[in-house]
Amino acid sequence: MFTMQEIMETITMVQDEHLDIRTITMGISLRDCAHADVRVSCQRIYDKITRLAKDLVPVGDELAREFGIPIVNKRISVTPIALVAEAADTENYLAFAQALDRAAKEVGVNFIGGFSALVHKGFTVGDRRLIDSIPQALAETERVCASVNVATTRAGINMDAVFRMGEIIKQTAALTADRDGLGCAKLVVFANVPEDNPFMAGAFHGIGEPECVINTGVSGPGVVKRAVEKVKDADFGTLSETIKKTAFKITRMGELVGRAAATRLGVPFGIVDLSLAPTPAIGDSVAEILEAMGLERCGTHGTTAALALLNDAVKKGGAMASSYVGGLSGAFIPVSEDEGMIRAVVDGALTIEKLEAMTCVCSVGLDMIAVPGETSAETIGAIIADEAAIGVINQKTTAVRLIPAPGKVVGDFVEFGGLLGRAPVMSLNPFSSADFVRRGGRIPAPIHSMKN
Amino acid sequence: MTDPYEMHGSRVIVSVLGEDRVGIIAAVANILSANRINILDISQTIMQELFTMILIADMGQSQIDLATLKEQLHEAGGELGLKIDAQHEDAFRFMHRI
Repeated sequence: MFTMQEIMETITMVQDEHLDIRTITMGISLRDCAHADVRVSCQRIYDKITRLAKDLVPVGDELAREFGIPIVNKRISVTPIALVAEAADTENYLAFAQALDRAAKEVGVNFIGGFSALVHKGFTVGDRRLIDSIPQALAETERVCASVNVATTRAGINMDAVFRMGEIIKQTAALTADRDGLGCAKLVVFANVPEDNPFMAGAFHGIGEPECVINTGVSGPGVVKRAVEKVKDADFGTLSETIKKTAFKITRMGELVGRAAATRLGVPFGIVDLSLAPTPAIGDSVAEILEAMGLERCGTHGTTAALALLNDAVKKGGAMASSYVGGLSGAFIPVSEDEGMIRAVVDGALTIEKLEAMTCVCSVGLDMIAVPGETSAETIGAIIADEAAIGVINQKTTAVRLIPAPGKVVGDFVEFGGLLGRAPVMSLNPFSSADFVRRGGRIPAPIHSMKN
Repeated sequence: MTDPYEMHGSRVIVSVLGEDRVGIIAAVANILSANRINILDISQTIMQELFTMILIADMGQSQIDLATLKEQLHEAGGELGLKIDAQHEDAFRFMHRI
């Protein structure tokens, strides 16, 4: 039996500290949907997704009621579309994005990820067509998310892809200029991308994955923040131990809900992603956890160390709570989706250079950052290259999700609304990187990639 | 073999939070007995000046499902000015027991 304190702790976590299951994501293989005729292929895609995911939303809602814990998002990830569409006799992959969008609407999920290509060593014909189709696909669909992997520790950095993605991000912003460049919020450029990530916008269903799978992402910055506040004057050992225990409890809920969802949907359970994912809601902020550790503002000196401690403790606690951990599994530091991060930028405490340093010790990377609309494709490419280098050398995932908001300058705000939040436009280094980015070719894999 | 992660067991945790007043336990117990839900354990206390009651019950013989029970409890809670909820026991078992 349980003690009153234990029961109240769980109830308080949900009611007062924003504990929720951030996402149940169904991964679906579309490899059997390839066909030379675009219409046939798209019909197969639509039929397969709507068949396998038809109960995803009702089951998610049912579990949320029974366990008394909110399940914020129900989502779908699919095989990278470049692999599926390559067989089709067409140069423009917009039709595939539209098929995904229709299927997502039909089953009631708010995002579907997998308009993706893996080009860390080079492009195939399908990869090029997919990448060229991204701006239009993101402008003309509502729920489709795109991602491109441009580097791995094993392959090095495909600098042709890096520069191309700089151009694609600019084009995507231009085509969605009426919405402050919203399309860019649905586009992630990765290094060392995980193939079982349940979080958008970077989710896709990797080629080593089964036919269909359920992955879950937990949340809970508010719970961790409250726990950190309770050990205000304690030393670092106690602080770390407190976060570990809290992460364990949070992750157990993800494991429970993920397993129950998989059983009810009749598909295998994949992984729990341990990431601490903030939302724009007050008190659901990763930045505020760092501030609760004793930093006046997130971004000041000591922030990287605080984030490293947080990220490590979350992993240690989470790893013990789940039998299969995967995805990104680390703290997220998206600027627009985290009220504390926004405040830190506005107050001048947090700069893009500090964010880059922070990405060395946590998952993801430069996430949901608005930059001036006039930023060149070369500069965006150079930012991607820097992040990719951090990922490749440190054998970790890094990513870039930048919004060069058309017509906006430093100090302006970009409003996306909902979970995507709002972002202050941040300043970048004014000097050019064009000659570097335009060299072309591939930065070789680092020496420590040779492990065999 | 049964899946250890599928909800096995029919126990639920009913939690009541709010201002203390006459008839809280009676109201909750009436709903449970009307639906043939057996009360296994009750504890109550005042936490941070808030009346708090935790009740563990078994729905094994009940003719209604958890969602329906939650609705009935929410309704009663609304009338009494209390927050009454029911959650499956696994939500607590997973978090606090290894």
